[in-house]
Amino acid sequence: MAGLKIYNWIEHRLGLIQPLKEAAEHPTPSNNASWWYVFGSAATVLLMLQIVTGILLALVYSPSANEAWTSLNFLNHNIALGWYLRALHGWGSDFMIAIVLIHLVQVFLFGSFKFPRELTWMVGVVLLLLTLGMAFTGQVMRFDQDAYWGLGIGASISSRVPFVGAKLVHLLLGGSIIGGATLSRFFTLHVFVIPGLLLAGVAVHVLMVLRHGVSDWPMPGRLVRKSTYEREYHELTQRTGLPFVPDAAWKDAIFAAAILFSVMACAFFFGPFGPGGQPDPTIIQTAPHPDFAFLWIYAVLAFLPPSLETPVLLVAPVIAIAGMLLLPLLAGEGERHWARRPVAVLSVSVIAVTLGIFTRLGTYTPWSPVMDAWSGDAVPVKYMHNRTPLEREGAMVLQDKQCRDCHSLDGAGGLRGPALDSVAARMTEDQIVRQVLQGGGNMPAYGNALNPAETKALVSFLMTLRGNALEPAMDASRELLRQSRTATPVNPDAAVPGTAKAGEQK
Amino acid sequence: MSELLKYPGESKADSLSPEGKAAAHTRRVFLFKLAVGLNALVGAVLAVPLAGYLLGPAARKRSNIGAWVNLGSLSDFPVGQTRLADFLSPMAAFNDGETGKTSCWVRRVSEQTVQVFAINCAHLGCPVRWFAESKLFLCPCHGGAYYEDGSRASGPPERGLFEYKTRIAGDHLLIHAGNLPTLSTEASCKEKPMVQIQPAKQIEAARAVSADPAARSTTWQG
Ligand code: FES
Repeated sequence: MAGLKIYNWIEHRLGLIQPLKEAAEHPTPSNNASWWYVFGSAATVLLMLQIVTGILLALVYSPSANEAWTSLNFLNHNIALGWYLRALHGWGSDFMIAIVLIHLVQVFLFGSFKFPRELTWMVGVVLLLLTLGMAFTGQVMRFDQDAYWGLGIGASISSRVPFVGAKLVHLLLGGSIIGGATLSRFFTLHVFVIPGLLLAGVAVHVLMVLRHGVSDWPMPGRLVRKSTYEREYHELTQRTGLPFVPDAAWKDAIFAAAILFSVMACAFFFGPFGPGGQPDPTIIQTAPHPDFAFLWIYAVLAFLPPSLETPVLLVAPVIAIAGMLLLPLLAGEGERHWARRPVAVLSVSVIAVTLGIFTRLGTYTPWSPVMDAWSGDAVPVKYMHNRTPLEREGAMVLQDKQCRDCHSLDGAGGLRGPALDSVAARMTEDQIVRQVLQGGGNMPAYGNALNPAETKALVSFLMTLRGNALEPAMDASRELLRQSRTATPVNPDAAVPGTAKAGEQK
Repeated sequence: MSELLKYPGESKADSLSPEGKAAAHTRRVFLFKLAVGLNALVGAVLAVPLAGYLLGPAARKRSNIGAWVNLGSLSDFPVGQTRLADFLSPMAAFNDGETGKTSCWVRRVSEQTVQVFAINCAHLGCPVRWFAESKLFLCPCHGGAYYEDGSRASGPPERGLFEYKTRIAGDHLLIHAGNLPTLSTEASCKEKPMVQIQPAKQIEAARAVSADPAARSTTWQG
């Protein structure tokens, strides 16, 4: 009784509880009380988790280039449960990106972005970008080696903008080098600017969801028409409506709890991310890597041909974002069901597979030389059997000149260039000589780094690498001339005379 | 009710005829618009210093960025070799900590010719490493490669390594360093300024960084 009195006293003055209750209990078509409709609320819950853990981390974190890295290690090792808070925030971020993406794909495949929810979708796209912005700036907060060189990559990309490139770089870095000013700006973005925009954006997004109602379950053949949709939706709600809370929201609540629990479990079992090496740019023995969400970009950057790089870097994001924003304006009516929208399904599949492949490539970076393969991975013993002294000398040259950093033998070594196990089956001696000395394709020329004796030895060793007893590659025209003294090709791993000949020819 | 604190509702407007009320309303609408305009004006004036503060870093003149830095004695760089040198960026501020330090590759071509390359790959700025045996600089990020003279060998970079301007003063090697080297921010400033007098402290600090091996943090290097 007293409780009710207090409630009435407060509500009479506040006037918020009743409207909120009505909003929560608004009727929603029974067909969308589905497990497919839980991702938006889960993303919001994760945002709350990020805000709470972020505030707690800010109690200890020091956003200064002098101290940031040390303060993170202090959090990890000296503050009780500091590691767990860092882990929650880190895993929460990964989960949030994943859930936001799933939410986006679900809304897209269900055609829920169509009339009258076009603007809801557009605000959602902005929210996705803000979420990614949080992830990128958050990676800078870690202020370790990866963060430092990641900022360098960011600056290098901005420097490619025509005319204002230099100014953009200085604006991004807050000065002419990566340093204290840079960290401060990213801290400001990560802690004040983007979260503020995110919260405002989420509020607008949710208000619009309340205004138009959660979209009904798509049915093949039930078309969205601007003239009739809202009346149909209203009728459907009247006929089948359930109060959103609790009849639909119980699923949201269970899913949110499951997601929170998963974040907690990942944080507990896998721990926090980094920090990696200290942000000292004079330590160059490092292979910088972006966080998971950006690995695919890192991979794409390795594959773009130099001439296309700047246009693609600067134009592709604009097109992609514009395309997503304009989508509901271009396809605001018509079929919603995925079974009747093959192009939509196809685009999602293609984009998902592409992102997946590039992310996978980004995890093992086949394009990067393995910087220590030349000293770390020996020439397999089987490739040394029955070789002449000259050929063995060639194997030494192969190691010494760091060919292995880019070329593998028996699976060990770099993947930048082709494996050499069967190189002699693909290329003739002349071709190998030319390739080594002059380079070409993606290979630097070694003319300056090899003297004639080294070249001779190296090539004679390479000529013994013919894989599983493959025939050696041959120059057809020369073969004609040579027909009189043809020798049958011999497996180099099995017979000495054959290999000796391969080395001595010419 | 005192004369001074008059209830505003009793103002003359309440007793006006409908026409008079309408006229008073248009007058207030006009005043409101005037006030909005006034705020726009004040806002615009206020925006100037705010934007100036925000855009400050972008407004610096190119030729003002950077200074000559001492990399140490020439004898540290034997002819025919390429070696790593560290220095404190002349642009480093009080709060830059370790990030104020930078490395560069010094290639002593002959007694009096030196090439000094930025550590930053011309593709996207990752730190390139020198491989003396194959005479190549290799980049760990996307596999860019450069020849010993800094020219592009292969991979995603579209140009050779960035070079610092160098000067040999007596036994000392100086470079002009400023910006983080990127495609649009030069490693050294545009026009090479005449000899600048440098505060001795800075030279010493630079030397301490480059010469003292203990200044390099060792925990990570292992
Ligand atoms: S940063 Fe060096 S190749 Fe991309």
